[in-house]
Amino acid sequence: MIPTNYYLVLSAILFGLGIVAFVFKRNILTIFMAIELMLNAVNLAFVAFSQSLGKPDGEVFVLFVIIVAAAEAAVGLGIIILTARNRRSLNVENVNLLKL
Amino acid sequence: MPILDHLWIIPLLPLLGSAINGLLGWKWPNKAVHSVALASTALSFACALEAAREFLDYYDQFHHAFVKQFFTWITAGTLRAGFDLQFDQLTIVMVLVVTGVGFLIHIYSTGYMAHEEGYFRIFSYLNLFMFFMLILVLAANYVLLFVGWEGVGLCSYLLIGFYNLRKSATDAGNKAFIVNRIGDFAFLLGIFLLFRTFHSVDFTTIFDHAASLPTEAMGQFGTLTVVCILLFIGATGKSAQLPLYVWLPDAMEGPTPVSALIHAATMVTAGVYMVARSHVLYTHAPSALYIVAIVGCATAFFAATIGLVQSDIKKVLAYSTVSQLGYMFLACGVGAFSAGIFHLMTHAFFKALLFLAAGSVIHAMGGEQDMWRMGGLGSKIKITFMSMLFATLAITGFPPFAGFFSKDAILAASLNSQHGGKVLYAVGLAAAILTSFYMFRLMWLTFWGQPRYDQHQVHVHESPLNMTIPLIILALLSLAGGWFAFPALWGGKDYFSDFLGPILGTGEAASVVAGHYLELTLSGVAVIAATLGLLVAWRMYRKDVKQGPSTGLHEILYRKYYVDELYHAVVVGPLVWLSRNVLWKVIDVGLIDGTVNGIAHGTSAVGDTVRHTQSGNARSYAVWVLIGAVVVFVIIFWPIVHPVLFGGLR
Repeated sequence: MIPTNYYLVLSAILFGLGIVAFVFKRNILTIFMAIELMLNAVNLAFVAFSQSLGKPDGEVFVLFVIIVAAAEAAVGLGIIILTARNRRSLNVENVNLLKL
Repeated sequence: MPILDHLWIIPLLPLLGSAINGLLGWKWPNKAVHSVALASTALSFACALEAAREFLDYYDQFHHAFVKQFFTWITAGTLRAGFDLQFDQLTIVMVLVVTGVGFLIHIYSTGYMAHEEGYFRIFSYLNLFMFFMLILVLAANYVLLFVGWEGVGLCSYLLIGFYNLRKSATDAGNKAFIVNRIGDFAFLLGIFLLFRTFHSVDFTTIFDHAASLPTEAMGQFGTLTVVCILLFIGATGKSAQLPLYVWLPDAMEGPTPVSALIHAATMVTAGVYMVARSHVLYTHAPSALYIVAIVGCATAFFAATIGLVQSDIKKVLAYSTVSQLGYMFLACGVGAFSAGIFHLMTHAFFKALLFLAAGSVIHAMGGEQDMWRMGGLGSKIKITFMSMLFATLAITGFPPFAGFFSKDAILAASLNSQHGGKVLYAVGLAAAILTSFYMFRLMWLTFWGQPRYDQHQVHVHESPLNMTIPLIILALLSLAGGWFAFPALWGGKDYFSDFLGPILGTGEAASVVAGHYLELTLSGVAVIAATLGLLVAWRMYRKDVKQGPSTGLHEILYRKYYVDELYHAVVVGPLVWLSRNVLWKVIDVGLIDGTVNGIAHGTSAVGDTVRHTQSGNARSYAVWVLIGAVVVFVIIFWPIVHPVLFGGLR
């Protein structure tokens, strides 16, 4: 059986990649995908803990996260499509109406 | 004793009149307004008469002043200041003068103010003034006296500034109020010191206690002397003595009846009353008494010299008032308190008359106050002229008019009293000559000689009855008011000082009557002095005179010794400079506004810096979220993070 540590390290690596992409990427779609990546990294950690502790709590959490992610994807993609339509660009730098 | 037991009714009546007129009078016709004012004053006068009658019965029985405590006003520690009223012989004189002369002036005002804006306002103020003045003279302790003292000051301010659309009038009101503050501050300190010394503010307690204290030596500045000097500084403010007299001439900006009531007959004599009331303290402090005499004497002479050359008829009378108040203080200062009060009373009659008659002249001339634009009025306004003549003869001291007796008593006392001296007498006599000169100068310029006004423009007319009747009554009082104190040498008896004897002591009477021969000489000298002034005025002004160019000494006198300019340079100027350049520009703008604006600017600057975090740039928000997550993580896992981060330092 694969040790829990491996899952956790993988989860941390995926989460870190997500953060880096989230901060440094300019394409909104990529940022959105980075968020999804972070969510799924957390999901992986939950499942790993659930497995190692022998309790179903983690799996329940994962289901919740997936639901929230689905809802978020619906809203987020809607926003992205509108942004792309209005601005003819997916660069996050251009989304700056609130800038002073 | 229906009134004596309810003494509060005497001051309360004018207060009611004032409140009714002040609150409701604005929509009433003139007739209703002055009915209320006159009724309240007349009733007050009647009550005062009845109270006087009852008191004389009471005095026959108990032989001491009537004091009644109505309610306690302030208690703090051992201090008890109550609404306590006192009634004795001195109060009788003051209350009757205040209500009596006050009533006559109210009648006069109904005529004089008939066409003025704010008719209800003047009667409300006048009644309020009567209330405070009565509180002042009826008070049985210094604190209540101070209430009246401040109250009359307030009314004086309101009435001087009655023509509140005229800048000079409101300025004069401010000046009167502010100059009085200086005196009042000293007065207050005096009361504090009295309380510290005697643990009471009641007249009876203080005076009984003080009478048992040893008299302080001349030149020794003990507690009593300091108290007396402080009280006297208060009196110099209210009674317009050197060096605080400057407000009174300016106070002539008020309506003429106000000048008559407040700035001649009653309020300005409050200082004299207070000194006479505190005579027990003063006789135990000869140094203070000496100061009172010198200041009074100097003021009498100084103000008279300024009065010599003024061209405004009311200004002459104003300086004359300052001068006559100086006489009263001279009397008090040489220990002749009853002579001072006697002069206070006769002065109330003839000076109120002078002002009212001057008001009648101004009324006749259609508002003209400059004597150089009058002349020859005597034949046109006979009643005014005759009453003015009576008052002039009274103030200059021709027998048998009232002023002769009172001024003679003061001059005799200043020479004969143990506190007096030749110098005081000589200066007093010189002031009497000056008085006679400036009064007859006023008469010549106004009533005799040729008219110097445009007779086609000004239609001189005698005043209506409601103005002339008070003139006639006061003229009779100016004639007969002095007969209470007929000199012994004419087979008379000084009823006045006998009457006040129980209050003010009889010691002075003995010292004054130094012998018939001397008294005769002094009376003769006084009459000669008055005649001298008359003759000089006659020589200078009998012919058709023109206002000449003002030069040399005349200019100095006309400019009132430049005292106003001096005060402006020495006191007002630096104070304004300090207020503007330090208090305003440094403390107010720099410190207070600086603090408030500084806080605002600081907040704004912090906001200015911090707002850049809200860049509107979505990616920077992402970084903030990350930083926040890291901070939360570090806080939650502090026990683990701590050794990892700082473990090496241990």
